[in-house]
Amino acid sequence: MASLIRVGMADYKVGRAPSVLISYGLGSCIGISLYDPQTKVGGLLHIMLPDSTQARASDNPAKFADTGLPLMLNDVLSLGASKARLVAKIAGGAQMFAFSNATDIMRVGNRNAETVKKILQRMGIRLIAEDTGGNYGRTVQIDLSNGVYKVKTIDRGEKDI
Amino acid sequence: MIDELNLSPIQLDALREIGNVGAGNSATALSQIINKRIDMNVPKVALVPIETVPDLVGGPDTIVVGVFLRVYGRAPGNILFLLPQKSAFYLVDTLMGREHGTTKKLDFMDESALMEIGNILSGAYLNAFFNFTHISMLPSIPALAMDMAGAILNVILVQLGQMGDQALVIETEFLAEDDGINGHFFLVPDPGSLGILIKGVGVE
Repeated sequence: MASLIRVGMADYKVGRAPSVLISYGLGSCIGISLYDPQTKVGGLLHIMLPDSTQARASDNPAKFADTGLPLMLNDVLSLGASKARLVAKIAGGAQMFAFSNATDIMRVGNRNAETVKKILQRMGIRLIAEDTGGNYGRTVQIDLSNGVYKVKTIDRGEKDI
Repeated sequence: MIDELNLSPIQLDALREIGNVGAGNSATALSQIINKRIDMNVPKVALVPIETVPDLVGGPDTIVVGVFLRVYGRAPGNILFLLPQKSAFYLVDTLMGREHGTTKKLDFMDESALMEIGNILSGAYLNAFFNFTHISMLPSIPALAMDMAGAILNVILVQLGQMGDQALVIETEFLAEDDGINGHFFLVPDPGSLGILIKGVGVE
């Protein structure tokens, strides 16, 4: 039986096949999956913001890309994943409301996506698929038995990346 | 210096009372527009962990219509009026004089009507804040999105997320007499604004 494990906002979960990790309703947030196809170990991280150094206070490293990713990486490695085999997929980073004079904070989706890519590169993890941007929400899930990353939307159907 | 994340019971009460009057204004406005009685609950003024806010409206994957307005002035913040999809369709049918159940998808006019509702409710709500605090708060033009509640709430939550792990939300639920419409009205002051509002009421 595959178990469905829910990942909340500013949270991450790791596991192994046949678990499925799911995170609901991402807007400007980004869902980042890491997966090792050989050991079938992986994780899903739901970040809200790119950079913890710009934040005033937080006790929750999983809220930020720069602190959340190393944390999740550590956990998937300790479950037996190999860093060299790990692949990443990302989805989210939308701008939900179109404002003509959108402030920086409203374009945070963009910055999230850019920062996540930079951090993955710095960590030496291959990004093999992404579905970011737009003005719509996404629910994402990764099936740890095959690494398929499913992105569901309301009006735009769903796709596997 | 007011610790916004650690308000006294009196300060919370004051905010609740303003929220109450504001929501009352809004409910009256809405009631006059659709010609139905609107009930509302006593506003929740609560400090909640950011990641649990989507649960207030039925979970992050519930489909909702959100009308978002930015609040300008000395105490800036964000307003979000959320309606479950069914309620939004019902409200649009009422506004457009169509039979209930007609709307299956929002067209341009429907969206515009809902944004106007958001506009009117926000104006009525913010008036109450002005009456109590003499701090004028002006709403921006509204923007609308229909999508997952989590995704829509992201807009207000990221901003708070930058400051801390908790959000102070002033939230009211509206109910129309025939149960066709329920909506949630959130006022989320920017960090720093709450202290200004509380000073304005004089309950430092």
